Amino acid sequence: MIEVKSLVKIYADGNNPGVKAVKDVSFTVEDGRFYTLLGPSGCGKTTTLRCIAGLERANAGEIIVAGQKVFSETENIHVPAYRRPIGMVFQSYAIWPHMTVFENVAFPLRVGKERFSSADVQKKVSTALAQVELDGYEDRMATQLSGGQQQRLALARALVREPQVLLLDEPLSNLDAKLRERMRFELRELQRRLRITTLYVTHDQIEALSMSNRIAIMNAGEIIQEGPPREVYLQPKSQFVANFIGSTNQMAGQVSKVESDGSGEVNTGDGRVKCMMLDGLSVGSNVVVVVRPESINVHLEKPSGDGNIIEGKIGAAMFLGEYVDCTIELGKNILQTHQRYTLQVRRGDPVWVELPVGECMALPAEQ
Amino acid sequence: MTTATMPRTARVGFSLDPALLIPLVGAGVLIYLAVLPLLMLFIGSFQAEVAPREFVYTLKNYQNAYASQYTYSTFVNSLIFASGSSGLTFLLGTTLAWLTERTDTPLRKIFVPLAVVPLILPGVLESIAWIFLLSPKFGYVNVFLMNIFGLQSPPFNVFSLPGMIWVHSVGQVPLAFLLMVAAFKSMDPSLEESAMMSGAGTWQTFKRITLRLLMPTAASVLLILFVRTLESFETPALIGIPARIYVYTSEIYLAFNEYPPDYGRGGALAVGLLLLSAVGVWLYTRSTKESKKFQTVTGKAFRPRQFELGRWRWAGLGFLLTYFVFVVLLPFLVLFWASFLPFFATPGWDSLSKLSIENYRYLGTFRPFWDAMQNSLILATMTATVAMILTSLVAWIVYKSRIRGAWILDFLAFVPITIPGIVMGMALILLYVAFPLPIYGTIWVLMIAYVTRYIPYGMRSASGSILQIHSELEEAASASGASWWETFKRVTLPLLRPGLVAGWIYIFIVSFREFSTSVLLATGESRVLSILLFTMFEQGQVTVVAAIGVLMIVTLLSIVAIFYKLTGRIGIQT
Repeated sequence: MIEVKSLVKIYADGNNPGVKAVKDVSFTVEDGRFYTLLGPSGCGKTTTLRCIAGLERANAGEIIVAGQKVFSETENIHVPAYRRPIGMVFQSYAIWPHMTVFENVAFPLRVGKERFSSADVQKKVSTALAQVELDGYEDRMATQLSGGQQQRLALARALVREPQVLLLDEPLSNLDAKLRERMRFELRELQRRLRITTLYVTHDQIEALSMSNRIAIMNAGEIIQEGPPREVYLQPKSQFVANFIGSTNQMAGQVSKVESDGSGEVNTGDGRVKCMMLDGLSVGSNVVVVVRPESINVHLEKPSGDGNIIEGKIGAAMFLGEYVDCTIELGKNILQTHQRYTLQVRRGDPVWVELPVGECMALPAEQ
Repeated sequence: MTTATMPRTARVGFSLDPALLIPLVGAGVLIYLAVLPLLMLFIGSFQAEVAPREFVYTLKNYQNAYASQYTYSTFVNSLIFASGSSGLTFLLGTTLAWLTERTDTPLRKIFVPLAVVPLILPGVLESIAWIFLLSPKFGYVNVFLMNIFGLQSPPFNVFSLPGMIWVHSVGQVPLAFLLMVAAFKSMDPSLEESAMMSGAGTWQTFKRITLRLLMPTAASVLLILFVRTLESFETPALIGIPARIYVYTSEIYLAFNEYPPDYGRGGALAVGLLLLSAVGVWLYTRSTKESKKFQTVTGKAFRPRQFELGRWRWAGLGFLLTYFVFVVLLPFLVLFWASFLPFFATPGWDSLSKLSIENYRYLGTFRPFWDAMQNSLILATMTATVAMILTSLVAWIVYKSRIRGAWILDFLAFVPITIPGIVMGMALILLYVAFPLPIYGTIWVLMIAYVTRYIPYGMRSASGSILQIHSELEEAASASGASWWETFKRVTLPLLRPGLVAGWIYIFIVSFREFSTSVLLATGESRVLSILLFTMFEQGQVTVVAAIGVLMIVTLLSIVAIFYKLTGRIGIQT
C-alpha cells in the first residue's frame, strides 16, 4: 500500500526560488492495485513519484510505503531511496551500458542490505528474466537489446528484489505505437499475476484508461479528479478533465432549468440542450455542455422524439478507417462526431444531430 | 571519502555536512590555486621590493614597464606577432580542414590524421627544427636554394618577425584545423543544398552561404589563436630573443633574468599581459555564445556535402602534399638527421660518413638528461592525476549536486585559462618567495603551476563525461538499493572512465612539453626536459639537443599510442 498525505514539493532552483511543483497532494494506492497519475507535462506527477521513490525530498507531508513511514516532514523522517522497498522503471529505462543483461538485473541483489549467495542471485535473475521473457539473453551487452527488450530488462531489474511497490515513470513513452500497445497489455498482465502494488505515471490517457484500477488526474501540482477509469471518462467534474481525457465537444451556455434528479436544461447558442448537471449548479450559472464525439448520433432525416435534436450541415468528413470523423456545423457551434464508415455524406448536406441526454454533461465554465 | 557522513540509517536528519563540506573544500583549493597567485602578482606589481618587511606602495614598476624606450616597440611587435600568426594559422588550418572535409580532393582522408601530427612536437623543438631549416647562416633550406639558384644571399631569415610568425603558426595549425573540422562537420548541408537549388553554383554557394555561416566560428577561432600567440613564449624565446625582437612574454622573462632580477617590472608587465589575455578570453566566450545563437553548430552531426572541385582537385592534392612534406615532415626529419651528427653541418655526401650514434651514447651517461627526463615524467603523471581528480570532483559538484552557487566553482575553474604560462610562473615566484611554504625551486611548485594551468582542460573532459551520464542511470542504482558510494563505484565511475582517461592523457602530454611556465620556475634540481633543451641550445650543443628532442618525441609517441588504444579517438582542447 502507498499512502501519500498532503505532499508539498517546492523547487528552489537557483535564481527562480520557490516553484511549487506539488501542492498538497494526497492519495492512497490499495494493495495489489494499479494506480495511475495522469496529467500534462509539468503537472507534478513525476515529481510526486520521485518523492515516493526517495529521489526527491518533499517539503511537507507524509509518505507511507508498505506500512513503513518513509517520509514525514514533521517527524523529520527521510529514508534514502536505496532503503525503500521499491522497484522503479525510468522513462529512459536507465539500462547501464557497461553491464551485461545479467549484470544489470543482478545489480539490485548485490548492492542491497540483504546479500545473496551467487546461486540465489542466479536463480532470482533467471526468474526475473523469465517473467519478462528475456531468458537466454543473459550474456548480451545491455546496449545490444532493442528498445522493447531494454524496457522489459528495466522491468526485470525493478522486480528482481521482489519489492513491495513498483513505480513506473512513463515507461512506454519511448516505444513505437505497435510495441506500446503490446507492452501495455503485457505490463498489465504481469502486474495482475504478481499482484504487486503499482504506481504508474503517464501523460497518455489511453494507457491510463486501459491499465488502471484508479486514475488521479493532475494539473498544476494538484489532483483535480480521482476515480475508476470509467468514472473519470464519463463523468468529468471539470472542463480540464473533460478536455484532457478523450476529445470532447463544448457548447457554452447558461443553465435555464435544474431538475431534482440531477438533470437540467442549458440555453446554448443553438437552442436548449437537456443534459446532466454537476452538483452545485443553479439557474443562470455560466456552463459548458460537454459531449463526446462518439456519443453524438447523426441522422439524414429529422428523427422524431423529444431528445436533443439540432439541425445542422456537414462541415468535413474524414475517413479514418475505423470510423468517419465528421464535423457538423450548427448555427453557433461546430461539433466533432465519430460515425460509422457506412455513413455517406458530402460537405454541405443537411443533417440532424441527436445528443443523448445521459451523455451530455454541464460543467461550470472556467475562466 | 564521504561515505562516513552519508545517511546510513532509516531515520536521518537532513545531514548538510558532506553536501556543504566538499564544495567548500573545492572552492578553497581552487581559490588557493587560481586566485591567490594572481592576488600576489597584483600586490607584487605595486610594491617596491620583493617580500618586503613592510609593504611600500609604488607605481614605479608600471612606469618602468610601460613608459620605457621599449614600450612602443614591444607593443607593436606583440601585435604584429599575434595578429600575423593567428591569421596565418587560421588560413592554413581552414584550408586544410575545408579540403579534407568538404571537397573531393583525392586522398584527402589520409591527411586528416597527418594534419594533427605536429601536436606531438613540443614548441621548443618546433622552433629549433625551423632554425635548423631557415637560419640565414646554416639553414638547410637556405643553403639548398642558394646552391640550386646560385643566390648570393640566403632567401629566408628565421630570425625576423615573419620568421617568428611562420614558426609559431605551423605549430598551431593542428589546433585551428581541428576546430574548423568540427565547425565544418556540424554544418547542416541542406542550407547549402537549398542555395544550389536556388541556382547558385559551387563558388557562389561557397562564398554566399558556407563562408557566411562560418563567420561566427571563424571569429572565435581567430580570437583564441590570437590570445594563445600572445601568451606563447617558445618562439619568442628561441627566435625572438637572439633576433632582438621582443614581445611581452620575452620582456617578462628578461626582467626576471636581469641581474638583479626586476620582479617589480616583470610583475607589472605580467599584469598587463594577464589583462589582455582576460579580455581576449572574455570576447572568445562571448563570441562562442553568439555563434551558438547563429545555430550553425547544433551538436548534431551531419554528413556534409562535398564540393566538386573539378580539375582544381589536383591543385588541392598538391597543396596537401606540399603542406605535409614541407611543414609537417621536414621538421621531424631535420631533427632526426641532426641527432646523428657530431656537430651541425650543411648536408652533403661527406656528412654521411660522419653520422654516428655518439649523441645518444653521450646522453646515456649524461646525468642532467636523466634527471630532467625523470622530473618531466613524474610531473606529467602527478599533474594529470591530481588535475583529473580535482576537476572530476568539481565538475560533479557543478553539474550534479544542484547546490546553490555551484556556478562559482565553475567560474573559478575557468579562471586559469586566462593566465598565460609565463605570468603563472611570475605569480608563483612572488607567492612562494613570500609564502612560508618552502617549495620554491622544487618540482612541487611546478606541479602546482601545471595543475592550475590545466584545470580548465580537465574540467572540459570531466564535465563532458559527467554530462553524458543521464542522471536516471544513477537514480536507477539508488532505486535498486545501492548507497551513494556503491552507486559511485559501480555505475558512475565505470561510465566516467573513458572520458577521464582521455583527459588524463591530454594533460600528461601538455605537461610533458610545457615550457613557458617552467622557464621561470624550473631551476637546477627541478629542471625539466623542455628547459634542458632550451639551455643546451643556448650553449650551442645543438646536435645533442636534437637527440634529446628525438627521445622526447618517441616518449610522447608511445603515450599517444596508449591514448589511441584506450579511447580510439583524437582529443581536442583549446
